[in-house]
Amino acid sequence: MSSEWKFTTKDIAEKPDLFMSGHRACAGCAPATVLRLVMKALRGPTITTFATGCMEVVSTIYPYTSWKIPWIHTAFENVAANASGIEAALKILKKKGRIPQEHVDVVAFAGDGGTYDIGIQALSGAVERGHDFLYVLYDNEAYMNTGIQRSGGTPLGASTTTSPAGTVIPGKLEYKKPIAEIMVAHEMPYVTTASPYYWRDLITKARKGIEVDGPAFLHVLAPCPRGWRSDISKSIELSRLAVETCVFPLWEAINGEYQLSAPSKGIALKPERKKQVKEYLELQGRFRHLFTPKFEKVIDEIQRITDERWQRLLKKCGIA
Amino acid sequence: MKIVKQKMLALNGDEAVAYAAKQSDVDVVAAYPITPQTIIVERFSEYVANGEVDTEFVCVESEHSALTACLTAAATGARTFTATASAGLALMHEILYVTSGCRAPVVMAVANRALSAPINIHCDHSDSMVERDCGWIHIYVENSQEAYDSIIQAFRIAENPELLLPVMVCLDGFTLSHTLENVQTLPDDLVKKFVGARQFPFVTNHEGKTVPFKLDPENPVTIGPLDLYDYYFEHKRQQEEAMQVAPKIIQQVHEEYARISGRRYGDGLIEQYHLEDAETAIVCVGSTSGTVKTVVNELRSKGTKAGLLRLRTFRPLPVKEITKALENVKAVAVMDRSLSFGGHGGAVFHEIRHVLYDAPTHPYIVSYIYGLGGRDTHPNLIHKIYHDLQRTLKTQRIEEPVQFIGLRG
Amino acid sequence: MTTQEKGWKEIPMAGVCWKSSTQYLTGDWKTYKPVRDLEKCTRCLVCVLFCPDGAIRWKPEKEDIEFDYNFCKGCGICANECPVDAIEMKLEEET
Repeated sequence: MSSEWKFTTKDIAEKPDLFMSGHRACAGCAPATVLRLVMKALRGPTITTFATGCMEVVSTIYPYTSWKIPWIHTAFENVAANASGIEAALKILKKKGRIPQEHVDVVAFAGDGGTYDIGIQALSGAVERGHDFLYVLYDNEAYMNTGIQRSGGTPLGASTTTSPAGTVIPGKLEYKKPIAEIMVAHEMPYVTTASPYYWRDLITKARKGIEVDGPAFLHVLAPCPRGWRSDISKSIELSRLAVETCVFPLWEAINGEYQLSAPSKGIALKPERKKQVKEYLELQGRFRHLFTPKFEKVIDEIQRITDERWQRLLKKCGIA
Repeated sequence: MKIVKQKMLALNGDEAVAYAAKQSDVDVVAAYPITPQTIIVERFSEYVANGEVDTEFVCVESEHSALTACLTAAATGARTFTATASAGLALMHEILYVTSGCRAPVVMAVANRALSAPINIHCDHSDSMVERDCGWIHIYVENSQEAYDSIIQAFRIAENPELLLPVMVCLDGFTLSHTLENVQTLPDDLVKKFVGARQFPFVTNHEGKTVPFKLDPENPVTIGPLDLYDYYFEHKRQQEEAMQVAPKIIQQVHEEYARISGRRYGDGLIEQYHLEDAETAIVCVGSTSGTVKTVVNELRSKGTKAGLLRLRTFRPLPVKEITKALENVKAVAVMDRSLSFGGHGGAVFHEIRHVLYDAPTHPYIVSYIYGLGGRDTHPNLIHKIYHDLQRTLKTQRIEEPVQFIGLRG
Repeated sequence: MTTQEKGWKEIPMAGVCWKSSTQYLTGDWKTYKPVRDLEKCTRCLVCVLFCPDGAIRWKPEKEDIEFDYNFCKGCGICANECPVDAIEMKLEEET
């Protein structure tokens, strides 16, 4: 599956922002960059819907809105149900000749909060029913909007406010739920991972997700300097390191067939390029406690699980 | 307009509801099955499978998603319908408020059923009574005929651009939902004409343009923002304003429907049965009103001046109408098929007492909790209530303000 | 809240937003401000793409980029990602 759409950097830069300036995200917020980039991938006309979370809140503080396209938010756990309702309405209204558009794309956005945990039921249901929509998960790896509490997407060893690094327990003891793989198991047409540093890859994938007939899932890593306790200027750099260390590899599953994306494929073909996870962890305050004699073994465990998942992915992609 | 020729069908309450929805040119139905509403979704699925309706039927994975999908479909411009009961309505709780807050004109049938625990599938009003604050219009029907009529009216009420509030039509679980009745049905084309096409009010969007209130790529709007303490209060006041406008619209639609069908339910808000010269009266909601009417007839034949006030519209509460209807009654028993634990009676009792507080004369007002979990309410129990009211009048004393009838022990 | 806020009869129904966020200038959030070396800059446009606030824009008529300090929050992502180190974050007062 490939998209016919070809674009240059200038094409993207010149496209007006559908997610406008003046939103109140923190300085250095990578999810905001992710939103801007995904909006550049739209082909229009589009209706979008958001789950409760950082991006929903910062972009629609009444009476202001940052959205140039139709936008609706209802609650936290149901953005996939939102999308289902919109898609069903568009389908029948088109059939009854009550809307002029040939086709309207539906894009749903949620954070890891509204996807991994409370939102998974609605997501699973919507995908099983085969609604034609793109679901974008902007993953900042905790319930950031309510104050950095852990989610199913928080990685091992991360300190969050409900899995704090204490004197006895070194942060979160559980592993990051493999949400994208769970979505692949739904036998849906298109599942993919992306990182904002690799913006061309992200935009291409978002567009593919929109174009596919049926549900598509785009999992984007979106570093949060506030919650990750990292430098506000390094959010995009962290999204690069996550790929280079294979903590967050980039791949696509097209009708269940796995395919590594270029940035990760480069590492698969030249394993010496693979960086140690330490390089990624040391820039984040949420892992600071692991750089102590008491808890440094957790870094080894993070390296181990990263390598194990990476090897499993390579096998699925047919690269042993 | 003259009364049209109607077709009599043998339908139970659920089937009547499904049939009314079928005729009303609904665009999207998103629903999840729960006893005793299952027949509604099943029947509707059959209509879809046989191509008898032009509706997108979404078999959602929970009631929460059912109402969510209806809400966003309505926001996109579709006419939507769903149905639920008991635990399903409870699961929708959060979204009930969101639906009315987003002014989505969803129509929902509620087959009243008790809330757990212990789990019980039979009729009581605890599911919908507890949702009286959520900003929906509540209509309680007495029989399947009224269920059919009310669903059709509900679309017109909800979608009125001056109103734009969601409507729940409540019918007693099993008693009405599963019991076969003769239902007069209107012809398809007439119902379609009556409900008409959806109309949209206009709002000013963030581009300063006046656009129809719906999700439309031509005219973008942002719905469901974050309100801080500077605007939330004003938004809620707007919703209350719509509720103030609702009685007039409910009555208008009721009257228009009465002219083509020949059927009226009081004035659309309340139904008065032998209340003009009644000394004692029962206030009741739902199918038990039918039983009360039978008892009133019996009492009247023996010379007792008994009457019944049936509340059809519970939200908005018809304050003026209730006050006027009960102005000459000397003793009132309010029957509640739900209980507010620790609240000294049931919801309807609280509201009737509150309405009559401002009346020039105060009758005796007592509460009877009945029928919880599907407990049958025999006419003898109703006779007992009237008997108690007579005794209260004679002794000028209330024995017990809150009583349970039909309870063992 | 000031008395200039609109009352319940004046605002649109259902919480529909009636102001664009471009009227809310977040530029005063910043402590540091990006300053570009025009000679080093290759107009690769990476800063335009990565800015979380869309505060750097490509102006085709000028064939150059432009910083909108009304919205720039001074995060420094542009400076960090610039492949030729053409952007420096300087304290606001010093510029």
